[in-house]
Order: sequence, then C-alpha cells, then structure tokens
Amino acid sequence: MVLLGIPTRGVPLARRLAARLDETESIVVPVGSLDITMYRDDLRLRPARPLGHTEVPAAGIDDKIVVLVDDVLYSGRTIRAALDALSDIGRPRAVQLAVLVDRGHRELPIRPDYVGKNLPTSKREAVRVLLTETDGADSVTLVGAVAGDRTGGRSVRR
Amino acid sequence: MNRHLISAADLNRDEAIEILDTAEELAQVADRPIRKLPTLRGRTVVNLFYEDSTRTRISFEAAAKRLSADVINFSAKGSSVAKGESLKDTALTLQAMGADAVVIRHNASGAPHRLAGWVSGSVVNAGDGTHEHPTQALLDAFTIRRRLGRIDGLRVAIVGDILHSRVARSNVWLLTTLGAEVTLVAPPTLLPVAVGGWPCSVSYDFPAILPGSDVVMMLRVQHERMTDAYFPSVREYSRRYGLDSDRLALLPEHAIVMHPGPMNRGVEIAAEVADSARSTIVEQVANGVVVRMAVLYLLLGGSEGTR
Repeated sequence: MVLLGIPTRGVPLARRLAARLDETESIVVPVGSLDITMYRDDLRLRPARPLGHTEVPAAGIDDKIVVLVDDVLYSGRTIRAALDALSDIGRPRAVQLAVLVDRGHRELPIRPDYVGKNLPTSKREAVRVLLTETDGADSVTLVGAVAGDRTGGRSVRR
Repeated sequence: MNRHLISAADLNRDEAIEILDTAEELAQVADRPIRKLPTLRGRTVVNLFYEDSTRTRISFEAAAKRLSADVINFSAKGSSVAKGESLKDTALTLQAMGADAVVIRHNASGAPHRLAGWVSGSVVNAGDGTHEHPTQALLDAFTIRRRLGRIDGLRVAIVGDILHSRVARSNVWLLTTLGAEVTLVAPPTLLPVAVGGWPCSVSYDFPAILPGSDVVMMLRVQHERMTDAYFPSVREYSRRYGLDSDRLALLPEHAIVMHPGPMNRGVEIAAEVADSARSTIVEQVANGVVVRMAVLYLLLGGSEGTR
C-alpha cells in the first residue's frame, strides 16, 4: 500500500494516517505527495498557479494499492485530475480515496472509500480545514459564502 | 508574471523565484516513465527563428511538447521571409493561424518587443540581436541554484565578449535581481559603452578575480557579429581571457564553470576545463528544457491576460 496526499492539506493528513497505521497495526506504509495542478480542468479559468510538490515513494506505485488522501471532497474534479496524474506515474493495482470531509455536491462519478466526516453543506458555503502542520491548529469550519448569511460559521467536531 | 517574457530586467525577484521553483517541480517529470503533462493541450506555440540556433530551438520545442502544446517551427530560411516578407506581415500570418505563444529569435535587438505589439498571444524572447536572452539567464540561474544551493550573495564572473552577448546582459539583470554580485571581465574593446549604468562591476584582470568567484561564466567570441578588429589575435585573447586548467586551479574548491554554448574549445575555454566535473555545460542544456517548460506554463497555463 502507498498513501499519496494531495497538496496542500492532503499531505499532512496522509502522514498522520501513516503514523496511525504504524501505531495501531505496526504497518509501515510509504507516504508521498501528488500535485495535480498540471492536470486540472479549470486551469484556463484562473491565472497560472504555483505548483505543489510531487514526491512518489522510491518503490513506485506499480502493482500497489494507492490511497489518495485529501482534506475535502466536493465536486470530485481534483480526484479526477489525480487519477490522470497517477496514470502518468505508473499502474497501481487499485486506487482508493480517503478524505477528511465529504461535503457532497459531486459533479463526477467519484466516491470516497474512507470518510472522516460526512458534512451536509449548501453550495454557497465553504468548508475551511486547518491543520496543525500547515496552519498551527486543527479545525474544520463551515463558513457562509454570502456575507450575513451565517455569522462566524459553525464548528464541526472531529 | 507578465504576459510576455522579453527582458530579464522585467522580472522582479518574486517572479524570477516563481519560475525557478516551478522549474524545480517540473524537473521531476524528466525522471518519470511518461515525460509529458497535459497542461497546454490544444494550445499552439510557434517557434519563429530568424537566426540559426540548435539548442534553443530544440529546447523550446521539447518544452512545449512535454506540456502537450502543438508546436509549429518556422525558420527564416526556406520561408516567405526569403521572399522579402516583413516581420509584421509574418506576425499577422501567425496571428491568423491562432498562435497562443510566439517564441522568437531575431538578429535585430528589440524585434520581440515590436512583435508583442502586433500579436495577441504571449511573446517569448529567445534571443534578439545583442540585446537579451532571458530564458538562458533563467536556466543559468536554475543551474547555479541546483549546484550551489543558492544565488543570493554569490560572486559571479562573466568573462569574454560582453559587447555582443545577449546572454551576459540578461544574466547581469537576473542574477543581480536574485542577489548575486556580478563582475564582467573582458578586454575594454569588448565591453559596451553603457556598461557604467549596469548593476555590476568591471575588471580587465581575469586571474585576479578568479580566487574570489563562486561561478565563472565563459562566453564565446562572436566573430559573426564583429565588424571591427576588437583584439590583436585569437591566440592573444585566449591567453589573457581564456580559461585553462592553470586558471581553473585558482578558483575556490566549490566554484563551477558555465558556458551557454556553442563553445569554441581552445579559445575561451580549454577542452579539459569544459569536460571537467566542475563544468555545468551539459547540465545547462538539460535544465534549459525544464526552465522553458516553467516559462511556457506560467505564461500560457492560466487564463489569458490576467496576470
């Protein structure tokens, strides 16, 4: 098995999962990161953005079970791009998906295999995930996209 | 980043570092089984070359193809330019064919700047006369950063035919922007009159500056651009400004030797120096592809005209 986090926040989540697997099951799982910027389908809608870091474990992904790790699953387009990126790197035996938050509103036929929390949302809301590694604190906040729609947002317990 | 890349002087520190960081990520693609990214699918890059070039044209072509762009190569020889077509008319033809980017090399300084006013796509300067060659400077900076880990605070000597060198001009601007101290070393006849206004120092004594240099960049003597006698003889030039193994020994242990190519072995650089482990000449060519990929991605990868 290989855990591949999708930058930015998928990468620390993948590391945490690997640490937890080592702790509870004593399995050492290689962790990497997979940047999908160059595979996005909305590149032309926004200015060129800086690239994230891709680091595939030295053993590669051929014939391995690859678990993609991301913070929020929304339209599914990021995962679609990740699947394209994966096929350029190798041929995994299977690809699975682990997300911290599934907020619904899929636009592609993609479903997660492991979900931290199903979070029903409105399309006007935004889900903001903060992690200690990148933001100094752990939190998931639901923020109303329209001003005055929801003040302060509601916090979601892990 | 701006919509065009015409001069290295147009890049500020953050933009230059963004290009180098992007190139660093793209360098990994070269190690993959499939060395191609779908990013520029459906975009057209035209290589418009009015001057002979092997490495730059091939490098741009490889960069565009690795990003899945369609590449049209245009060289002045065997085209309607030979029949007397002007740059503007050629530009309008390319425009009509829907070029998203035009990579231009021209023997006249300023041609890319003029072209940028005529076409709606991005213009990338691949060398214009004796003016600038910004992607060469970027790949040089990238090579220095990879070998020595940083650019800030390094002392770089650029040696040789500065007068005719667009590589030297672009490197002076870019390396200074990135925090290096640049010294130009050349016979007085091969320095431009305006060199006093450049952000660098000048020396005529090559061996004296070697012990304090982290990077030595050797330039080719461009006989094809010389209309006058700039030095008494090639042998004398080589003796005073050539890099041989005795002079290589004067450099600090970690210093590297660069050359933008094509080189004249035995004139500005001795064969044993060019082939030594401290020479980065082959690396520079490999790095050229990834740096040009980064430039094309940052110019064409996003939405048009929003940066």
